[in-house]
Amino acid sequence: MSWLPTLVKACYFLAALLFILGLKRMSSPRTARGGIVWAGVGMLLAVLATFALPDLHHRGLILAAVLIGVAAAWWSGRRVAMTAMPQMVALYNGMGGGAAAGIGAVELVAHVRRAVIAVPDTSPLRPEAWALDALHQVPAVAPLSAVALVLGVLGALIGAVSFSGSLVAFAKLQGWMDRRFVFPGQRIVNLLVLLLALVHGAMLASGDLALPVIVAFFVFALLFGLLMTLPIGGADMPVVISLYNAFTGLAVAFEGYVLGNEAMIIAGMVVGAAGTLLTQLMAKAMNRSLGNVLFGSFGAAAGGAAQEISGAQKPIEAADAAVMMAYAERVAIVPGYGMAVAQAQHKVWEFAKLLIERGVKVKFAIHPVAGRMPGHMNVLLAEAGVPYDLIEDMDDINPEFPNIDVVLVIGANDVVNPVAKTDPASPIYGMPILDVAAAKHVIVVKRGKGTGFAGIENALFYADNTRMLYGDGQAAAGQLVSELKALDT
Amino acid sequence: MLDGFLALYIFMLAAFTGHEIIARVPVILHTPLMSGSNFVHGIVLVGAMIALGHATTPFETSLGFLAVLLGAGNAAGGYVVTERMLEMFKPSAGKPGGKA
Repeated sequence: MSWLPTLVKACYFLAALLFILGLKRMSSPRTARGGIVWAGVGMLLAVLATFALPDLHHRGLILAAVLIGVAAAWWSGRRVAMTAMPQMVALYNGMGGGAAAGIGAVELVAHVRRAVIAVPDTSPLRPEAWALDALHQVPAVAPLSAVALVLGVLGALIGAVSFSGSLVAFAKLQGWMDRRFVFPGQRIVNLLVLLLALVHGAMLASGDLALPVIVAFFVFALLFGLLMTLPIGGADMPVVISLYNAFTGLAVAFEGYVLGNEAMIIAGMVVGAAGTLLTQLMAKAMNRSLGNVLFGSFGAAAGGAAQEISGAQKPIEAADAAVMMAYAERVAIVPGYGMAVAQAQHKVWEFAKLLIERGVKVKFAIHPVAGRMPGHMNVLLAEAGVPYDLIEDMDDINPEFPNIDVVLVIGANDVVNPVAKTDPASPIYGMPILDVAAAKHVIVVKRGKGTGFAGIENALFYADNTRMLYGDGQAAAGQLVSELKALDT
Repeated sequence: MLDGFLALYIFMLAAFTGHEIIARVPVILHTPLMSGSNFVHGIVLVGAMIALGHATTPFETSLGFLAVLLGAGNAAGGYVVTERMLEMFKPSAGKPGGKA
C-alpha cells in the first residue's frame, strides 16, 4: 500500500491546479460558469482522497460530519433568495474561518496532551520531550515544530476573528442586529482585547501550552472579531466580508502548513492574496481606505453637524411619472438594493422594455457598490434578463446626466446623495456618487420618508427637479407598467 | 513536514498567483469571484478531516467534529451560492428580451 499516500498527494496536486484554473476561468464572464465546476471537481477529488489516507481514524464520525454539513449548507444555499447572497457568503466564509480555528485548537490541544503525558515539567519544544512522547503515545502525527506552532497559532487567531466577525456581518446584513453598535472608548477596548489575544498567542507559540491559556486565547480572538465588526455600518459590510474572506484564506494556508498539506497552503494563499486585492478594489470603489472602513466607524463620529437640508419632498403620481418618461427622449434607471429587496427588477425591466418600444433611449446606471457587494446589482439585473449593453458604469454615465431627461431612481439612496459632494461634515463625504441631480428631472421611487442604509438624510429628495413616487418598489413599478400600457389604448 | 524554505516558496508563488488572477477582473464579476474564492478556501474541510482523523481524546474529537462540520458547510455552501450566481451569466442573458 505504499503507493496510496503518493496517490493521495497526486490528488491534492490536481485539486490545487483545478482551483487555480477554476478561479482563472471565473474571472471572465464567458468562462465563469465552467470555472466553478472545475474548482468543484478539485474539491471533490481532495475530499475523496483524504478518505483514502491510511492512518485516518474516526472515519464514521468524519463521514457523518461531512454529510450533515454538506446537507445543511446545500439546502440553505439552494433556497436563499438572490438578494440575500452577500450574507450567505459571509456565513459560509465564517464557517471556513471557524474550521481553520478548530484545526488549530485540535492541534494545540493534542500537542499539550502529548507533552503532559510524556514529561510533565519539560518544555514541549525541547526535542527530548518529543522523543519521550513518542515512547508513550501512539504516534499518529509528528509533533509540531517551532515554525508550525507559530503558524498554527497565527492561523487559529485569524480564523477565529474571521469566524466571529463573519457571523456578526451575517447577522447585520440579515437584519438581526442593530446596524451600528458604538460605545465610548471602543477603540481602546478593541485594542486591549486584540493585545490580550496576541499575548496569549505569543505564550502558546513560545511553548506555554497550558489548557487555560489556549481557552483564553480563543476567547479573546473570538471576542476581537465580534468587537471589531460591531461598529461597522451596513454599507461597509461588503468590504468587511471580502476582508474576512481573505483572512480565512490565510488561516487555511497557515493551518495547511501545520498539517503538511500543500493543497491547503496553495488554495488558502491564493484566496488570501486574491481576497486582499478584491478588498482593496472594493474600498477604492467607495473612495475610502481600508483603515477608514475598519476604524472609521461609518456614520458614528462625523466631525461637526451635518448641513441642514431645507425644502420639502414633492410627491408625484404614477400616471404623471409614466407620462413624463413615455415622452422623454432619454431615460436612465438607477436601481438600488431597495429594488432588489422588493423583487421589482422584473417589473422594472418590463417597464424599460415598454419605453424602448416607444423609442425612448433607456440606460441602467449602476453604482460600483449598488446592492450589497460590488457587482451584486449586475447579477440581480442579469437575473431579470436585462442585457449587458443597456447597463452603464458610474464613470461612463456620470458625464451624460445633463443630457438625460428623466432619471428613475428606484430603491437607491446613498449612492445618489449629492451630500457626498457638498457637505464635508457628512460621513459619506468623498464617496463617488451617480450624479443624477444634474439630469433634467428625477423621479425617486421610495417606500417612505426615512433615511437610507447609512442613516443619512438625502438632499436629492428635496431638490427642485426631484419628484417622489411613494410606494413599494414592486407596486410602483407595476403601476408604471400599467399606466404606460394605458397610454397606448 | 514541509521544509521551511520550500513552504515559503509555495506561500510566495501562491500569493502571486492569487494576485494575478484577480488583477484584471471586471466589476460585474467581483461578487461571484468573492463567492468563488470563498468556496476554494473550503479546502479547509480536508484539513479538518485530517485533524479529526488523528484526534484521540473526546475533547479533541468533538473539536474536530465541529471543524469538519463547519468546513463541509463552507465548501458545500460556497459551491451552491457561486453556482447559482454564475448561472445568470449564460450567453442568452446578453441578448435583449431574454427571460431568466
